[in-house]
Amino acid sequence: MSANLVVPTMAEMMAEGKQPEVLFWVGCSGSFDDRAKKITKAFVKILNQANVSFAVLGTEESCTGDPAKRAGNEFLFQMQAMMNIEVMNAYEVKKVVTACPHCFNTIKNEYPELGGSYEVVHHTQFLKSLLDDGRLTIEGGQFKGKKITFHDPCYLGRANNVYEAPRELIQKLDAELVEMKRSRANGLCCGAGGAQMFKEPEKGNKDINVERTEDALETQPEIIAAGCPFCNTMLTDGVKFKEKEHEIKVMDVAELIANAKDL
Amino acid sequence: MSYLDNILFAIILVLGIGFFAQNVKKLIRNIKLGQDVDRTDNPKERWRNMAMIALGQSKMVKRPVAGILHIIVYLGFIIINIEVLEILIDGLFGTHRVFSFLGGFYNVLIGSFEVLAFLVIVAIATFYIRRNIIKLKRFISNDLTGWPKSDANNILYFETVLMVLFLVLNAADLHLQTLGVGHYNQAGAFPVSQFIAPIFNGISENIVVLIERAAWWLHIVGILIFLNYLYYSKHLHILLAFPNTYFANLKPQGQFDNLESVTKEVKLMMDPNADPFAAAPAGEEPVHSKFGASDVQDLNWVQLLNAYTCTECGRCTSSCPANQTGKKLSPRKIMMDTRDRLEEVGKNIDTNKGVFVPDGKSLLNDYISTEELWACTSCNACVEECPVNISPLSIIMDMRRYLVMEQSAAPMELNSMMTNIENNGAPWQYNQMDRLNWKDEN
Repeated sequence: MSANLVVPTMAEMMAEGKQPEVLFWVGCSGSFDDRAKKITKAFVKILNQANVSFAVLGTEESCTGDPAKRAGNEFLFQMQAMMNIEVMNAYEVKKVVTACPHCFNTIKNEYPELGGSYEVVHHTQFLKSLLDDGRLTIEGGQFKGKKITFHDPCYLGRANNVYEAPRELIQKLDAELVEMKRSRANGLCCGAGGAQMFKEPEKGNKDINVERTEDALETQPEIIAAGCPFCNTMLTDGVKFKEKEHEIKVMDVAELIANAKDL
Repeated sequence: MSYLDNILFAIILVLGIGFFAQNVKKLIRNIKLGQDVDRTDNPKERWRNMAMIALGQSKMVKRPVAGILHIIVYLGFIIINIEVLEILIDGLFGTHRVFSFLGGFYNVLIGSFEVLAFLVIVAIATFYIRRNIIKLKRFISNDLTGWPKSDANNILYFETVLMVLFLVLNAADLHLQTLGVGHYNQAGAFPVSQFIAPIFNGISENIVVLIERAAWWLHIVGILIFLNYLYYSKHLHILLAFPNTYFANLKPQGQFDNLESVTKEVKLMMDPNADPFAAAPAGEEPVHSKFGASDVQDLNWVQLLNAYTCTECGRCTSSCPANQTGKKLSPRKIMMDTRDRLEEVGKNIDTNKGVFVPDGKSLLNDYISTEELWACTSCNACVEECPVNISPLSIIMDMRRYLVMEQSAAPMELNSMMTNIENNGAPWQYNQMDRLNWKDEN
C-alpha cells in the first residue's frame, strides 16, 4: 500500500520548475522512529488524497536543533538552524507543515531571528484548514461513538496556544471527545520535552509518562489521541506499563483521520 | 502637648519612609546587577498585562478558593489605605477625621472599610488554617522550612493585628463620639465596630481616649513597620507584581531566546570567506565572555526582578511534572535560591564598599544542583501557572547553557544525542542519507 505514496522532494520539484504549496517537514522521529513513521505515512496519505501539492526535503532535511537547544547547547542549535534555513531559503519555502510540535515550535518561533521566516503550521491545523476549504472530508467510520481523549503536547498547547484544531478534527469523526482533568493550558507534560526524550529521568518516585497515562485512563477512553511523536511514544509506554495495550490504542490525530477514511 | 504629638508623628513617618527608601535603592541596585534585556517593546500590551494580571488578578482566580480570598485581602489592602491617608493628615495636623466633611459619602467609605477589614480577617484566618492546620501540600514542602515558613505566618499575624487595631480604633472613636467627648465629633458609620464599642461601657472616658490614641498610634506605626518588613519578605510582591507583569515576556512561551553571542560565532564559522585568525573589527564589542548562567550576575535583570517578586505561593511547583513525580526540581525553589543568592551578593557589595569581592560561591551548585536542572521537561507549566508571570524555566535554561557550553557537563546520554545531531543530523544514530527510506518501507 505504501507503494501508492506520492512523496516528491523539493529537489525534484525544483528540477521540474515547480513550487509546492507547502513543505512537509518530516522531522527526525517521523523519518526514523518506527512508530512515528506510521504517522508520517498516514499524513501523506491524506495529503495525497486531498491532492495537496507538497514536497519534503528528504535527505536535505536535518534536525531542527530543538533537543540541542533545550539541553543547553545553543551552538549546535544555531548551526542546525542556519543550515536548515539556508536549504529552505534556497528553495524559497513559504509555508511549512509538520507533525512534530517541537519542530513546529522551533521553526515557527526560533528560526525567524536567524533569517528563516515561514508560515509554519502543525499538521492538525493544516488538516483543519483543508477541511474548512472543502478539500478534505472526514467521516466517522470506525471511530463513530468511540471515546477518545486528547493529550495536549506542551509545545503545541501552552507553548503556542493551539488547542482547538486537533479537538475539532476528533469531533468530526463523530467520536466522543472526553477531556482529562488536566487539559489545554493545564495539561500535564508526557515527560519527553526539554531533551528528556533522550535521557533517563532524574531520580524520583514515578515516571512522568505513567502519571500522565493515569490521567488519560481516568477518562476510560478507547483511544488516546496525541499530536506529537514524542508524546505518542511516552503514552504508548505508559499504557503498556499499565498493561492496557490490548484495550487502549495511542494514535496520532492524522492516523485517526486516515483510518476513518480507510486510506 | 498636642504639638509634641504631631512632631513625634512626623519624625516617625520620615524615619519609616526614609529607611524603606534606602532599601528600595538597594533593591534596584541588586536588580541592575543583571544583564541587559530589552523589554520596552509593545507598551500597549505591557500596560494591558499589568492591568489584567497585577491589578485585575486575572491569573489568581484560576484556583478559585485562594484566588477569591486573595482578592479580598488585596482589595482590603488597597482600599483601607485610603483611610491611612486620613490617618496621616489627622496625625500631622491634629485634626479628627478630616475627611468627614464628605458627609454621607464619608459614612459609606468608613462603613465599607470596616466591612472589608472584617472580611480580611476572615480571609487571613482561612489562609492560616490552609497553611498550618489543613497543611496544603504546597505550603509544607521542603522549600519552605525555616524563614520562609515563619515569614508567611508573620505576614498573616501582622495583617490581623493591623485590621483589629483599625476596628478597635473605630470602636473607641464611636464610643467617644456618642458620649460627645472633646473633639470627637460625630462622623462615619461603623457597621462592624459598633459591636465592639459596648466593651467600653463603664470604662472611664480618659481610659477610652487613651485606648483610642494607642490603637491609632499602633496602627500607623504598625503600617510603617510592615512597609519596612517588605524588603526582607516574600511580601514584596505587593509592589513588584506591577513592574514584573509589565516587563514579563510577551513572546510565545515556547520561544526561547537565541543567544546573540553564539549567532556571531556560528555565522563566522559558516562563512567560507571569514578569516579565522582575523582580529575583531575595531569598535565591535568583544564576544561575550561567558555562555549561560552560573551566578545571578549572568542572569538578566528581569529574571532578578522575578526572584524578588516571587511570593512563594508554590503554584509553579504544584503543577511541575518533575516535582509531582518526586524529582528534586521545584520551580519555586529556583526563584527562592536566585533571590537568596542575589541578597548574598548584595550584602557582599555593601560590606566591600560597593564592589563585589568573589566569595567562592555561585548560584549553581551552592544553591541549585545540576540534578534539579536536568529534571526539567521545559513544559512551561510553571510559567503558565505563575499568577504574576514569573519564568523559572528561563533561569533553568540559562543554567543548562552554562553547564553544556562552558563545562561540557551534560548527562552522558544527552552528549550522545548531541554528537548524533552533529554527525548525522538526527538525535539517533541514523544516516542522513536514509531520511526518506520510510517512503518505500511497508
